[in-house]
Amino acid sequence: MTLQNRNGDKEASPITLRLKEPTSIPIEADTVSPDHFIGRSLKDIAALPVYFGRRKRNLGDVFHIEGEESDQVIVEGDLAHVKKIGYGMTRGRIVIRGNVGQHTGACMRGGEIIVEGHVADRAGIHMEGGRLWIKGNAGHLLGAAYPGERRGVNRGVIIVEGNVGSETGAFMRRGLIVVMGDTGEFVGARMIAGSVFVFGHLGKRAGAGMKRGSIVAFGACEPLLPTYRFESVFQPVFIRVFVNRLRQWGLPVNIERTEGLFRRYSGDITALGKGEILIYDSNE
Amino acid sequence: MRINGVEIEDTFAEAFGMQAAKVIITAVNERWAAIAAQTATGFATSIIGCGCEAGIDMVLPPEQTPDGRPGVVALFFTTSSKDMEKQLISRLGQCVMTSPTSACYDGLGSEIKLKIGGKLRFFGDGFQGSKLIEGRRFWRVPMMDGEFVVEESFSVCKAVGGGNFFILAETLKAALSAAEAAVEAMRKVPGVIMPFPGGIVRSGSKIGSKYKGQHVSVNTAYCPTIRNQTESELPEGVNAVLEIVIDGLDEAVISETTRVGILSACQPGVVRISAGNYGGKLGPYRFHLRKIMG
Repeated sequence: MTLQNRNGDKEASPITLRLKEPTSIPIEADTVSPDHFIGRSLKDIAALPVYFGRRKRNLGDVFHIEGEESDQVIVEGDLAHVKKIGYGMTRGRIVIRGNVGQHTGACMRGGEIIVEGHVADRAGIHMEGGRLWIKGNAGHLLGAAYPGERRGVNRGVIIVEGNVGSETGAFMRRGLIVVMGDTGEFVGARMIAGSVFVFGHLGKRAGAGMKRGSIVAFGACEPLLPTYRFESVFQPVFIRVFVNRLRQWGLPVNIERTEGLFRRYSGDITALGKGEILIYDSNE
Repeated sequence: MRINGVEIEDTFAEAFGMQAAKVIITAVNERWAAIAAQTATGFATSIIGCGCEAGIDMVLPPEQTPDGRPGVVALFFTTSSKDMEKQLISRLGQCVMTSPTSACYDGLGSEIKLKIGGKLRFFGDGFQGSKLIEGRRFWRVPMMDGEFVVEESFSVCKAVGGGNFFILAETLKAALSAAEAAVEAMRKVPGVIMPFPGGIVRSGSKIGSKYKGQHVSVNTAYCPTIRNQTESELPEGVNAVLEIVIDGLDEAVISETTRVGILSACQPGVVRISAGNYGGKLGPYRFHLRKIMG
């Protein structure tokens, strides 16, 4: 089996990890990352540590591993309780075939993770670069910050083709989160900068405590907090730049709405007040 | 060598190294993108008196611009990257930022970057904001019509300036007709500009002058009205000469533009095609006409 890179060129056979048997015991698999696999034989990879519940095991105890040395990784099986895949990764690509557990792509700094199913909470939390592409839904705290931290995602791109839970992009410092479906509450809460694009329904209390940054609602949205003030209706050119890029990546974005007029609300005036929520208004 | 009966002189055009920037200017429609680009590239015929040489390279359809709106590619040429920074800040600031609905982006993507949008942003008086995607930062400066979007940095690359050829014709009408046809064909080649008015220059120059402080002066050897008072290079029957100057992103594109231009210029009434050969004083690049046309 071969993967193709972004240019369509064939690459070396990837390393495939297949979960040996489904389990409800949480597995902390932060060693499942191209950074840990490069320069190691399959035997060495199998010897990498994972936590199976509270017990320390080897990767080979939990997964069947095959392939050849590559920075391309495929993970298969019922992974709903497998956490921290791609944690802190800086390069390569991980394709996750199925649903996956919490902290997927947390703290990642480069490379790409593609999840072909749903992800649990805290995906892409504290991300600093790279791209996390989720074909299904994502849980709460997508691209947010760990409790107690004052700054969350700082660069990188997260794309979710389905819906997301609450507090997406909370404490975000830089970067882009795109949600094709609906969101829960508190999108961009206490956001410092960056952008969150929502093509579905924007949930309640979006941008609560936001200092700077942009939340863009292309679809319907709940009434905004009273700490947001209407500024004007205009056509933001930067949205077109971003959407153009998303389309080049292959995301099926409806171009009509991106070319329309948006209502701009600034806030949150309980914080710095330089954030904005742009809500699609109409085509010119 | 003759093409359509026109003599191609055995000489070369001498050109020199420059720094180039490629700026994509977009707007709500092609008309306004062109207006902004024309204004930004105005008064930029010659590095000698204008600070830079600039012109419009091509019109871009919406599918090829960063923001999906109609756009125009403008090329700017200077002798140093320091001069480029100064020119871009003033030209993009005064001519593009001021133009309704405009935005502008780096079109080169080379490693040498000049902070342009990163300085123009201060016009926003603290209300400017930026957006970052894939390492490219775009500044959003509030304007009375909405926002001006400008990329933080613009790239510069090594380029070639001063490629040229002369059209020696029996009449001014024939020279102008040939030059117009040549420029029309040359504008189809991407990566070059012909910076003079309409792409054509009548005030061809030579290095030096009889006057102190005048570093260049008219190319007397090609002025028909003083043919007998100078060491004229004009053959019998030539009564008008027009020059086409070419700045390009590399040598190859200048060669190709020269070839296309000369082919179109070889029309009835044209006697000879020559070039600005300054005996190696002007610069290191040499475009041999016969080699190019061969």
